[in-house]
Amino acid sequence: MDNPADHLIVFEDVSKFYGEILGVNRVNLSIEPGITSLVGPNGSGKTTLMNLMTGLIQPTRGHVTVLDYNARHPELFFRKVGYCSQFDSFPAGLTGFEFIRSYLLVHGYTKQQTQDMAWRALHRVDLIEAAHRKVAGYSKGMRQRIRLAQAIAHGPSVMILDEPLNGLDPMARSETIRLFRQLAGEGLHLIISSHILHEVDMMSDRVILLNNGYIVAEGDIHGVRDEMEEHPMQILIRCDRPGVLAARVFEQDSVVEARIHKDRHGLFIKTRDADAFYLLLNRVVLDDGLTVESVSPVDDNLDAVYQYLIGSTGEAA
Amino acid sequence: MSTSTEALNFEAPRLGRRALWFRQIAAILRLEVRKNFIGKRAILLYLLAAFPILLMAAVSVQLGTRASSPNNISEANIMFAGILYEPVILRTIIFFGCAWTFMNLFRGEVVDRSLHYYFLAPVRREVLVFGKYFSGIVATLVLFTMTTAGSLMFLYVGLGSSGMDYLTNGPGKGQAMTYLGITWLACVGYGAAFLVIGLFFRNPMIPALIAYGWEFINFLLPPVLKKISVIHYLHSLAPVPVSEGPFAMVAEPTPAYLSIPGLLIFTAAVLTLASYRIRKMQITYGGE
Repeated sequence: MDNPADHLIVFEDVSKFYGEILGVNRVNLSIEPGITSLVGPNGSGKTTLMNLMTGLIQPTRGHVTVLDYNARHPELFFRKVGYCSQFDSFPAGLTGFEFIRSYLLVHGYTKQQTQDMAWRALHRVDLIEAAHRKVAGYSKGMRQRIRLAQAIAHGPSVMILDEPLNGLDPMARSETIRLFRQLAGEGLHLIISSHILHEVDMMSDRVILLNNGYIVAEGDIHGVRDEMEEHPMQILIRCDRPGVLAARVFEQDSVVEARIHKDRHGLFIKTRDADAFYLLLNRVVLDDGLTVESVSPVDDNLDAVYQYLIGSTGEAA
Repeated sequence: MSTSTEALNFEAPRLGRRALWFRQIAAILRLEVRKNFIGKRAILLYLLAAFPILLMAAVSVQLGTRASSPNNISEANIMFAGILYEPVILRTIIFFGCAWTFMNLFRGEVVDRSLHYYFLAPVRREVLVFGKYFSGIVATLVLFTMTTAGSLMFLYVGLGSSGMDYLTNGPGKGQAMTYLGITWLACVGYGAAFLVIGLFFRNPMIPALIAYGWEFINFLLPPVLKKISVIHYLHSLAPVPVSEGPFAMVAEPTPAYLSIPGLLIFTAAVLTLASYRIRKMQITYGGE
């Protein structure tokens, strides 16, 4: 019988303390396949969560399992898991090709297999031409890509990627995000931390927001936003007669603010119940013959959620 | 960047557990031996290994000016054992060479922040300990065998044709093999000890110096305490008896049939301890 834990990354009441310093506290999570992004300011616990998942550090309390495997059995665990960590360091003297191939040999693959796998991984990150150059001479973006190649070279089912877009140029970022989406589409787990919120928003199926070692929100970003009742949803309605709409929106108690746009062709509203507002808008269109050009939530995105929940200047780390 | 996904379905190696371990140890050896011989840390090792050879080459030139006789050979043997081999090669060069090599196997990777690549591979950490240990053994055996053999060669070359005859056809051959055996055992024993020190201490030079002090004063210790050392067992195997001076506490040398298995058992115990330690080890680098 299929065990649900075979498909999940599970944190059960996990805490990690570095001496007296809190890493993460009382984390309970079940992460499904797809792209899950970890978002939070510096020191919020993102890397700690990733290191706990991969057994680089051990929890002070609780258990972590990845697809029902535990990092205490690395010979099984790391066939399934690849981790592209944030440590920007490499064994001395190796070329990009040697770096990938050497650790594939440690996996136990034959020389021929490792050669094929290393070339494929290098191809995927577009480093074929630099394959025989020393890693020490790579640019930051190339070092990032070679670490990504090393993490995916053995074809893991779970990829844990700590700031994988750092140092990449816009083209490479876009290609990398496309690669992540493809892999997620194949049923892989991708756990990604990133400080670029609009990219996280674009590629993630769900987010985990962390602050000071605690999980402050998790789930689909729109679901998280919907649950934030203390911050009414902001919606911009572009229409021909915003005054008519403004007069009607206060029929609903959930609408707390309405403001006509400067160009007088739109209305900003703040509501605690977006679904009820959309129903009302339909009625206004029918009753008053309002012509609506567009309806767009203004703060139904990760940037807004991050600012509301974590309250910084919007620059996650 | 390629977004093709056909490359992500690799089968795990289908090997028995032991065959997999051997293959993994071979892969670790391949990586580590290269580091031990080519890395910047190898420079100190080369300097250490070359020093006695250069010293003996100089002595050889000096001896070459004197007529060689059986008395000279006997004196040279005593001089080699008492002045060069035990105090310089064994107690200093091999001791610090092993300290440098084996403590850096793990500690060096922590400093370089590259140990996590091993910890993220599907390899048992005990296998990693053995792979790294063997790589240290390969490096130190190669270098210090050359040190010992090179020093002996210059000793007997300096004594002229009778010296070379003593080495190739006389008792010198057996003595040379014994010296090489002691060198190998020293690498095996000290190597294991320093590997475990490198795993337990953030600054392993302090315990290494304490160990050096303990080995250095071994001749002053009562017989029971003498036995809690590596040098006592190596000293017992010496082919030419070496005086430990007027202040030495005299103790019966441990016979070879006890000292050799004793050192090997010590090595096995220490590697077991290292395996236990590595299973608990966490990667925090700067934060540890």
